[in-house]
Amino acid sequence: MQPTSHAFKQNAHEALENPVLQEALGGIRTGWQAARGRAAGALPEFEQLRDTGRDIKNHVLAHLDLYLEAFTAKVEEAGGKVHWARDAAEARTIVLELCREADARTVTKSKSMIAEEIGLNPWLEANDVKPVETDLGEYIIQLAGQPPSHLVGPAVHMTKDEVSDLFHKHHGGERLEEGGALVGEARRVLRQRYLEADVGITGANFLVAETGSIITVTNEGNAELTQGLPRTHICIASIEKIVPTMEDAFTLLRLLARSATGQEFSAYTTVMTGPKREEDLDGPREFHLVLLDNGRSKMVGSAFQEMLRCIRCGACMNHCPVYLAAGGHAYGWVYVGPMGSVLTPQFVGIEEAHPLPNASTFCGRCEEVCPVRIPLPKLMRHWREEQFNRQLNPPAARYGLALWGFVARRPRLYRLATGMAVGAMRLLGGRQGRMRRLPLAGGWTGTRDMPAPQGPTFMQAWKKRRGAGS
Amino acid sequence: MNTSPRVALFVTCLVDLFRPSVGFAAVKLLEQAGCRVEVPEAQTCCGQPAFNSGDRATATEMARRAVALLEPYDHVVVPSGSCAGMLRVHYPELLGEDPEWAGRARAVAERCHELVSFLADVMKVEGVEAALEGRVTYHDSCSGLRELKIRHQPRRLLETVEGLELVEMDDSEVCCGFGGTFCVKYPEISTRMVDDKVAAIDRSGAATVLAGDLGCLMNMAGRLKRLGSAVEVRHVAEVLAGELDAPSIGESGSREA
Repeated sequence: MQPTSHAFKQNAHEALENPVLQEALGGIRTGWQAARGRAAGALPEFEQLRDTGRDIKNHVLAHLDLYLEAFTAKVEEAGGKVHWARDAAEARTIVLELCREADARTVTKSKSMIAEEIGLNPWLEANDVKPVETDLGEYIIQLAGQPPSHLVGPAVHMTKDEVSDLFHKHHGGERLEEGGALVGEARRVLRQRYLEADVGITGANFLVAETGSIITVTNEGNAELTQGLPRTHICIASIEKIVPTMEDAFTLLRLLARSATGQEFSAYTTVMTGPKREEDLDGPREFHLVLLDNGRSKMVGSAFQEMLRCIRCGACMNHCPVYLAAGGHAYGWVYVGPMGSVLTPQFVGIEEAHPLPNASTFCGRCEEVCPVRIPLPKLMRHWREEQFNRQLNPPAARYGLALWGFVARRPRLYRLATGMAVGAMRLLGGRQGRMRRLPLAGGWTGTRDMPAPQGPTFMQAWKKRRGAGS
Repeated sequence: MNTSPRVALFVTCLVDLFRPSVGFAAVKLLEQAGCRVEVPEAQTCCGQPAFNSGDRATATEMARRAVALLEPYDHVVVPSGSCAGMLRVHYPELLGEDPEWAGRARAVAERCHELVSFLADVMKVEGVEAALEGRVTYHDSCSGLRELKIRHQPRRLLETVEGLELVEMDDSEVCCGFGGTFCVKYPEISTRMVDDKVAAIDRSGAATVLAGDLGCLMNMAGRLKRLGSAVEVRHVAEVLAGELDAPSIGESGSREA
């Protein structure tokens, strides 16, 4: 996907002007946000569970090499094959080769952020393999030709009315309006695709080292059909998805569902270990696991290591006032919201993604709800430091900051400057108590008045009142 | 021998520049609580603008200056959750790797408090002598709420203000859209956020909105006044101190009809 993160401000402008999108985003506040609050409140040990989740992930990251080796050995013991992919291009090539070995014309896919990250669908299409998304939200955005706008609800930016139009256009027949009828139609269309598919591609929510299993969660059961029906199952997952034991995975699953949608548990949780065994009734004949690095091993030991704890629940974006105003597409790449503001610069470069770490008030709600306690504001601040050190900020901002820093480190000069600033602002707005316009502050005064200073600075007034030296 | 604690008031840039009445209200509250208040003259800014703009070197140098300036006092009190959070949470982070400064930063951080939580939690103030007739709502500024866990302290003290009826607005804990330089870098998103806040204030039916941070207050007042709202905006310290002579934020002395 060609990133448009550099145009975040313009993207957000368009989003704010789009009433349909705003209506759709409003649903997140009353829906997932409220549901997460209820679910967290209903579980007395929820906060403790978050600590445990954080600790499990930290432990894995400290011993990632050992767990990866243990995991791959178990996968191969169970008859699966592991493919290591250093970057997106390698992963795409591996998947395509596997599809060709299977003589695949159609592949079904269940929702995978890694597939989005490596741009798998356009690559397969360009090579005459037709991918069919089976997650309802992913299916909708595939028809609409759009990227996902949310980790959990990729089509959360669309209203039911838009989906009605879209289905009518692509499926023909009567234009359906009722939600259940739309889901029914998607199910009917997709059933046929499951049966036609030569290969099924899934992601994984967790990779379990002790058993070599992959775990997927859905609310539609589409991952089961995707991985169970075709002859070949390809799972693509990134290396940080690994957990030591099945018990660890289930601890994180309890956090995941509650944080994402407020459910106690997702409707479908599937544990799959290797291909079909002789005694199994069904399952794929071949199982391939593509393990993607794509820069993650470099994040281990860096200032951004904590980001690798992320379990992709979407709670940070559901609670982010900036995301809820701008929507996911404004972020201009696969990962959106606060987690995207930390991850996207890793993948597309800070030059392209420079607005994202700045598009935050550091209000801290994301960190407050993160199930694995990722300090997202701190990580966004790290990116700002990177930008500052590499002089990527606009010159006006850099010089302004340098001037302010010079003055603020010299108390006497600071007193003089603040006294003058107050005097000037008093001249501009003293009688009204506020200013409608202020030089160099158009960003503020375009929509807000600027309250005028009361009079002399506090330090001047204090000195007068208490006498010098106090 | 005088046993009352010696408190340094770190007044913050915005209070110093825009609203000294908040500083004087803070002094009054601290003295009523039995503190000896001093205002260290060499104080400037806590360094947050540099810290949040990625200029770690300047932020670190300012942190060192502030630590050296403030370490002689029993307590450091700040009429802002955001600046207090900088001193309490981020100074130890900034200076944590510096063997000479890490311990000193931690020692100052432990003795540094936001004003209202200091009164309630440290000085054990249970009530104030003040009066304000009418419905009031309180906005939880982000840093105070999330970094310093300030939530019940201002509400508990406000309940003791004579005539004051405290009403909760929806989403009182959601950011107002100020965010330091964010509000001028992303004015449209910021305006959308403050509009949501203004709508919540209106729905609450309050005549006055209070908060503990002047940045948020100026943002809310700026938008409310631009929209022609009559809602008064004040720092919580002014109400707790009964210092209501100064016009509310964004208003002039002579009230126009």
